[in-house]
Formats: sequence, C-alpha cells, structure tokens
Amino acid sequence: MKLWRFNGGLPSLAEHKNESVNLPIEVATVPHQLIYPLRQHIGNAAASLVNVGDSVLRGQKIADAQGLISAPIHAGSSGTVTSIADHLIPHPSGFSAPSITIETDGLDNEIVPTPCTNFRELSISALVDIIREAGIVGLGGAAFPTAIKLDNQSRSRHIETLILNGAECEPYISCDDRLLKERADRVIEGVEILLHMLGAKQAILAIEDNVPDTFTAIQTAVENNHNSAITGVQIPTIYPTGGEKQLIKTLTGKEVPSGCIPADIGIVSINVGTVHAIQQAVIEGKPLTSRIITVTGEGVTKPHNLEVRIGTPIQHLITFCDGYTKHAERLIMGGPMMGFALLNDEIPVVKATNCILVASQHEAITSKQAMPCIRCGLCASACPATLLPQQLYWHSQSEQLEKAEKLNLFDCIECGCCDVVCPSHIPLVQHFRYAKSALKVQKHEKHLSDIARERFESRETRLARDKAERAERSRKKKAALKSKPAKEEIDAAITRSKQKKQSNEIGEN
Amino acid sequence: MSFFVLILLFAGLGILLGYAAIRFKVEGNPIVDQIDAVLPQTQCGQCNFPGCRPYAEAIANGEADINQCPPGGEAGIAALADLLGVEAKPLNEENGVEATTLVAVIDEDVCIGCKLCIQACPVDAILGAPKQMHTVIESECTGCELCIPPCPVECITMEPIAKTLALWQWDKPDAPSERKAS
Repeated sequence: MKLWRFNGGLPSLAEHKNESVNLPIEVATVPHQLIYPLRQHIGNAAASLVNVGDSVLRGQKIADAQGLISAPIHAGSSGTVTSIADHLIPHPSGFSAPSITIETDGLDNEIVPTPCTNFRELSISALVDIIREAGIVGLGGAAFPTAIKLDNQSRSRHIETLILNGAECEPYISCDDRLLKERADRVIEGVEILLHMLGAKQAILAIEDNVPDTFTAIQTAVENNHNSAITGVQIPTIYPTGGEKQLIKTLTGKEVPSGCIPADIGIVSINVGTVHAIQQAVIEGKPLTSRIITVTGEGVTKPHNLEVRIGTPIQHLITFCDGYTKHAERLIMGGPMMGFALLNDEIPVVKATNCILVASQHEAITSKQAMPCIRCGLCASACPATLLPQQLYWHSQSEQLEKAEKLNLFDCIECGCCDVVCPSHIPLVQHFRYAKSALKVQKHEKHLSDIARERFESRETRLARDKAERAERSRKKKAALKSKPAKEEIDAAITRSKQKKQSNEIGEN
Repeated sequence: MSFFVLILLFAGLGILLGYAAIRFKVEGNPIVDQIDAVLPQTQCGQCNFPGCRPYAEAIANGEADINQCPPGGEAGIAALADLLGVEAKPLNEENGVEATTLVAVIDEDVCIGCKLCIQACPVDAILGAPKQMHTVIESECTGCELCIPPCPVECITMEPIAKTLALWQWDKPDAPSERKAS
C-alpha cells in the first residue's frame, strides 16, 4: 500500500516504549471508592440519575447524556452512592467539578448483560443507539461521543474509508499496542460492526513499524476473519503520526481542510481502544465501565498495562504498581508530549485517560530558560499541521491574538514538536494554549457585550418611544380642549347640568 | 470646440459624482460605530456619558479623551488608540480603576419591591414587579453597579462571577530573557 508523508514531525523522538510494551494487560483490583466526574467527554455534562444512598450495580447507568453531544456514565462496580458533589477533576486548571462518588461493596455484582449473536440483524440506528447508550467516547484522548461519528444516515454523508488508529505515537504509552496484541480478534470484530454501520468500502488498521509483533498479531486476526475489506498497515514511526489528520495524510494522501472534519472528505477515523469498547457494547452488551491504561515512568516501582474500572483514583493504581519510587517528581495524565500535570493522586481515571506517567525529574520536560526567537524556522519545518509557529508565537506574546487566529492558530494540535526543536527553548505550545484560551474568553466577552449593546439600544428606543407617546397624548388632550367642538360639548354639558339642577330645585319646591 | 468638450466632460463627471453622493450615502457616522464596537458595553457611565454609545459619539466629536473607560481598561485604551491612530495613555483615575467584572445580586429576603433598581438598569437585566421580589438576570448583567445607589434598603451587592471550565485560561509564559549586551 502506498503511504504518504505529513509535514515535519519528529522521526527520532525517544519512544520509551520498552518500559511497558512487553507487560501483558493485568486486571486492576476494584478500589474502595469510584469517582465519576459528570463531564468526562466533549460536550454537555451528563446529569446524575442517582441519589446519595442509592445502591448501584456494575453497568448501571448513573448519569444520562444531556443533548446530542454528550454521553451517559455507568457505574464500574456495585456499591452505594456516597456523594454527588464537587471533586478534583483531571484537567490542567486543577478545578473541581460535580462528580458522583460510589463506595464499592466488594461484591462486584453486575447487571446481567444481553449479548447479541448477530449484529447484522440490527438496524443501523439501533446500533448507533446501543453505542450511545453504552457511553462510548473516543478513548484515544479526545473523548468525543462516538455515536455522533457513526450516525451517518441522518446526515446523508458518504463514507469511503474507515481508519482504525493503532498508531500510538506518544512516548511511554503502550495500552493500545497491548490491546491489539492480546485482543486482536475482538478489535477486528468491532471493525466489522463499524464497516456494516458506515457502509465504507475499506477499513485500514494502522500500526507503527516499531511494534512488528503487534502487526503479526493483527495480520493473523485479519486472515482468520476472511474479510477482504480490512487491511493492516505498518506506518513509519514518526511522532505525531497518531494524530488524526496526520494519520489520514499518511494513509490516503488527503488533507482534512482547516475547519473541517474527516467525514467531510469521506473518512471516519477511530481509535482501536474505542473499537474494542464498541465490540464489547454491541456483542457482549456491556457498557463502557473499564479501559486499558499504561502506568509508567521512573517514578513508579513496577510499570503496568492495566485494565481498570473508570473512576478508579490514581492512588489505587500506584499502590497496585507497588507505589512511588524516590524519583517520583511529577504526576502526568497522558504522555510527556501532550499530557498535563495533575495536582494530586486523588484524581480519578476518566474515559479519556490512556496513561499515568509518574515522571522523574529528567523525564518531565522541564522548562529551560527561554531565550529570544532567532527566527531559524526549525519550528515551521517540524510542524505537522504546516503552521508557522514562529509567527504564531510572535503574535501571541504581543497579544495580537486576532493575527494569530488568522494564521490558523486553532489548527495547532499542541503536539509539542516545535518545543522540542526550538534552539531557544521557547515554550511555544504553552504560548499557543494561552492564546487559544484567551481568544475563547475574548470571544465570549464580545458576545456578552453585543448582547448588552442590543439590550441598551432597545431600552433607549423604548424609553424614547414612551416619551414620545406621552408627549403625543398630552398634546392631543390640550388640542382637544382648545378645539371648538370640545368647547361646545363642554358648554352643552354645563347647560345640561344647570337645567338638571333647576328642574331638581323646581321638584323640591 | 475642445472647450465645449471639456465643459461636457466636467458636467458629466459632476452628475456622476452627485449621483454617487446620493446613491452611496453613508448613514450616520461610521467612526462612532467602530468606537462603539471597541467599548465594553457595560453602560456604567463612569466615563461621564450616559452609556457607551454616547461616549463613542463624544470621542468621535473630539469632546472626550480615549482614557475614560475603566471597564475597558488598558486593553480598551490600546484598541481605541489603534483605531484612531493616536498615542495610548494611562487610564484617567478620575473615572475609576480597572477591576474584574462582577455581577449584581439582590438579597431577596430584604428586597421590598420598589422598582427603583429596574429603572436604573441600563440593560433591563432586573426582573420584578411593584411590591414583588426582584432578581438580577445574571447572564445579562454587565456589572455597571448603577442599581446600587437607588436601592433604599441596600439589598444589592456585587459578587464575583463563578469560574467555569469553558472560560478557564492557561497562564501566559514569561517573555524570553533578553540577551545581555557583551
């Protein structure tokens, strides 16, 4: 199969896969407490369906989706709901947000799932509903509700190619790789479900060429499946080839235009972990309550690939991996390139968590003293989104954010390639993150001020109208008083009342 | 001969210009709209004008300076200076100081329903009826504080806006250190 090359990237980034890539998936124990932030996906937060004191079973829906772009949440084990309150969430802000806490009872009782023997008998909308109800979101890290990507019928889109993203390009992370090695059959069955749903002609499962044994496992599974539409492809290991747009470029040569989604050019791309979750939901009837994550780094005694219940506090996983080492310096959710630091280990694993990196001092990308930009252009050659980081930086740091936006700041995927190559050690991605969030706030403020202007102007118009109406009324009154017919009327009324008075007097006499 | 040709030519051009002046007449003063678009629309009157638009008109007519808007702050002054091609200057302290935006909150137990705050609100963000409890529509409140002085029972306070995830901002990294002259 012909492959293409996306712009830039880092072909020689230290992968650090050896720490965890050969460790089979182990099932982590169920913790005493499971914590579910109500917003762990892109879109609206889910709304709680349970009350404090309720007992729940594994697989029971505890929070329901609100609106189209949202996802329900299911309990990961049986127990009692102990609180619905703010809890620290895995987010770079270090904010707390509404979360459901469940005290597990150790019995792990499950709602008996209803397996499906032949998914081809189900209508496509029924399959979309199953996936939506199972709370499945993109497990590669974006956490976008998957059902929306697959609901093509209502949008009359034509999907040509389905891409299965097994390119785990971020250093240290090996959860998708272990999944493909150990559960390739399930993934391939999931691919068949997706092909059936999307009506796509071909499915391409992409794996980086640094894990040849995974590729062999996939090839075997594909051969056993006898579905000619599915192909496994090895792609060169270049960070960030697992980025959606970069992977599409590598496999098809097509570029997703700025501001568009892959479906606009006939492509749907889905992470292999998500495909596994879809297979579990459709075939086994199990909602998304667990996922595979990598716990690694020099700061943890025994790195692991773990199947964990979503909602497990990180603390529990660290204990399962025999605790911290003396090198533990920083707790990172995600990888070293795109992950973010966590405040503490009470924060739970959410649907989007693929890795917990307990970094030592030299593993954490420490901020060196930034020097002035020398305009060498290395960042532009490294940028996989073909942006001009030096220009974006220039505009961001001088607060000319609209100019940065015009240079497609929002197409930046924050992969960190520019940071790595910058000889002046400028934290470029940090500048871009700042600029993006500041622009969002500015847009919000602009929106508010537009509303205020409109309301002020309508109020002014209303006051002016009221004033004019009042003036008009009093003018009419005065005019009516002065005009002749009114005078005659008044005179007539006076004479009438006089006559009445007289006749009354006569009557009395 | 050429004299008449020129007369005709100029007359033609004159008619054309006259027509264009009517056909493409600009309604109102566009600079006022541009200034108004930059102002924060708090409608607080701290600039000594009764609202943002009157202030915009005053700036356009040269009756007011660009540094009289505390809610707009330094960024607002910079934007105005940029728009009007003049030097930015520090905020005039007589007009107030730059502060974070707050929202008005009515203590509903204390409110007597006098309607005075409703009349004071420049953006109709207060809801209520005579002798009924009043309340502020938080999403519409600009934080202008104009409702506070008229309240006879002092039941209105200004509260900070709750931080949300959607509007959370990353920290801006420090500027790179300048190279020392050798």
